[in-house]
Amino acid sequence: MTAHLLCVDDLGPDGVEAVLKLTDSMVEVGRRDIPKVPALRGRTVVSLFYEDSTRTRLSFETAAKRLSADTMSFSVSTSAVKKGESLRDTVLTIEAMGIDALVVRHASSGVPWQLAAWLAGSGVSVVNAGDGWHEHPTQALLDAYTIRNEHKAGSLEGLRVGIVGDVKHSRVARSNVFCFAMLGASVTLVAPPTLLPASLDGWPCDVAHDLDEVVGELDVCYLLRLQQERMTEALVPSLREYAFSYGLDLARAQRLPAGALVMHPGPINRGVEIAPEVADLPCAVITRQVANGVAVRMAVLFHLLTAPADGEVRLDG
Amino acid sequence: MAEGGPSRVLLRGGAVVDRGGVRRADVLVDSGVVAAVGDDVPIDGAAVLDCGGCWVGPGLVDLHTHLRQPGREEAETVETGSRAAALGGFTTVVAMPNTTPAIDSAAVVREVMALGATALCTVEVSGAITVDRAGERLAPMAELARLGVRLFTDDGTGVQDGRLMRRALEYALPLGVVLAQHCEDDALAAGGVMHEGAWSSRMGVPGQPAEAEELMVMRDVTLARLTGARVHFQHLSTAGSVDLVRLAKRSGLAVTCEATPHHLTLTDEACQGYDTAFRVNPPLRPAADRDAVRAGLLDGTIDAVATDHAPHDQEAKERPFDQAPPGMLGLETAMALTLGGLGLGDDPQRLFALLSWQPASVLGLPAAAGVMAPGAPADLCVIDPGERWVVDAGRLASRSRNTPYAGMELQGRVRHTVHCGEPVVIDQEAQR
Repeated sequence: MTAHLLCVDDLGPDGVEAVLKLTDSMVEVGRRDIPKVPALRGRTVVSLFYEDSTRTRLSFETAAKRLSADTMSFSVSTSAVKKGESLRDTVLTIEAMGIDALVVRHASSGVPWQLAAWLAGSGVSVVNAGDGWHEHPTQALLDAYTIRNEHKAGSLEGLRVGIVGDVKHSRVARSNVFCFAMLGASVTLVAPPTLLPASLDGWPCDVAHDLDEVVGELDVCYLLRLQQERMTEALVPSLREYAFSYGLDLARAQRLPAGALVMHPGPINRGVEIAPEVADLPCAVITRQVANGVAVRMAVLFHLLTAPADGEVRLDG
Repeated sequence: MAEGGPSRVLLRGGAVVDRGGVRRADVLVDSGVVAAVGDDVPIDGAAVLDCGGCWVGPGLVDLHTHLRQPGREEAETVETGSRAAALGGFTTVVAMPNTTPAIDSAAVVREVMALGATALCTVEVSGAITVDRAGERLAPMAELARLGVRLFTDDGTGVQDGRLMRRALEYALPLGVVLAQHCEDDALAAGGVMHEGAWSSRMGVPGQPAEAEELMVMRDVTLARLTGARVHFQHLSTAGSVDLVRLAKRSGLAVTCEATPHHLTLTDEACQGYDTAFRVNPPLRPAADRDAVRAGLLDGTIDAVATDHAPHDQEAKERPFDQAPPGMLGLETAMALTLGGLGLGDDPQRLFALLSWQPASVLGLPAAAGVMAPGAPADLCVIDPGERWVVDAGRLASRSRNTPYAGMELQGRVRHTVHCGEPVVIDQEAQR
């Protein structure tokens, strides 16, 4: 049975715990003079990005290189797919080169599931690096790791997390709601009804429409990026109006409880979902999230591509 | 009648089903018509088809088939589609006009009619309501009606402009044709690729609400009242739509409607693995809607089961879920799904009503009579209600493979099909 990481649920609570624990070791590797271990020597990790993404792609490639894996990178414009190019042909071609893991990013929800089905029996692990509005599991893992390390509680258990903004179109929100809830946090979505999914049946979270009502009780205030095109879809009247109701300005940030964290998956719109001065506060751990991204992705690749029979982690070969 | 085929065929040992009831009888076909129905029909040189344990009824009629010709021959042709139809028990299919070019001119009508002339079933050619199905100008409906077009639709899209639809209904009144609507309000559907609900929300897939369909049903019920014209609603999929039609019929309006085998058997939950075989428009709905469609078929609100047979080549269906074209095959599985989905194992009359004489009467076809008696056209369908079979996508007669039922076991199978007196399917094998 080939291990994939399509969504956080694939790992389950034990798997998440194992990856977060491994991440500690990877952070340690990152601090070495030569931040590289031979753990995945001879393995090939391919990144297949059908959507522009600088940080996630660099983060995965850096992670693979630090584990001594060989890396290949396929950059495919979405227009090629719209012309009718078969995703399946592309993937089977790459698979035929003899690879171990395929890290995939696609603007359409579900593509990693389609790939996993086509690659069944090939031994290739599929890692979801973000699919449409659906899931972004490594983002959720790096966010959980960041909260665990940066919040004084040292754990998500019992923390009150607000996820603020465009939940409807956000793969980060979908992965984080389920990941944070799995780790014991109590999650509240804060957004106007137009930016929430049509149905939240089965979602382990509450909903609020007024940020001012809940901001004083948030241990973590997680802000989502608002895309410009949401205005033309009549989902919010204007950026200004959005910032008025849902932007984390200084006044709102000052109402956060002591020790609360401000997080954002990036790239941030200063002045829209977050005021410039708030982004630079010590409680805003946005760059810590990026830094932890490499270590978490190292942990994920290591977790999927090695099967330690005795559960012992051997990074140095 | 194909050259060299037997001119006399005896369907022996089955139970004959028609509007009049169900009775043990043999059926003799001679020269394209039913020659005799009874207990002791002499063989007298006729080819004998064994119908033991089977229902022998009028050929099935599909109001909604995409044959893809002209323009999309890689997905289906009139020949392959009609073979799939025959294997599914259909002796008449209505070819939808969303071809390339669209069936909106006499030239294309004639082309498809010519292709249909040698097909394994009767191909009723439908026409577009508007030029190129663009929803802007009326197609030449009178000219096309004169050629024999009985049904007009912009299927694949609904006529969005209420004034244009009103004019179409009024203009068509004296032509004696049926206008059929694909009910989908584009603005409200907003490009949604599955039903908007719990599953689309969790899957991160743009959804279209049930109301996008219901809004157009509501509008066209109103236009039927305004114009006095007949309106046929295609592939209804929501509880609200079924309710609207039920009320409209109760108030005496001339509306009819159809539902597909997939909307009475599948729900939106089936999309959860992003298998594009389940992407279809209107989209699969939650269980409550599926149950309402079933109830509508059983209480007479919904007149017909229509397949919306929509072949797509493999490559198109291997795109991401939101980019793959909507549609699924239907002809070869429709009867078994209707039988199983509605639990009609003891009610062959209702099965044939929904798949044969009721759809025929929507179009005013001769098969609307639903009688198995001397003189009736020899379009016949023989169903073995007990046979269990597994759907093998690779063995379907359609050129395409996009069935969501691959690997599924179904009960009830078409054993023989006779079209215009010619046995086109014998023992589940197409004869040409």
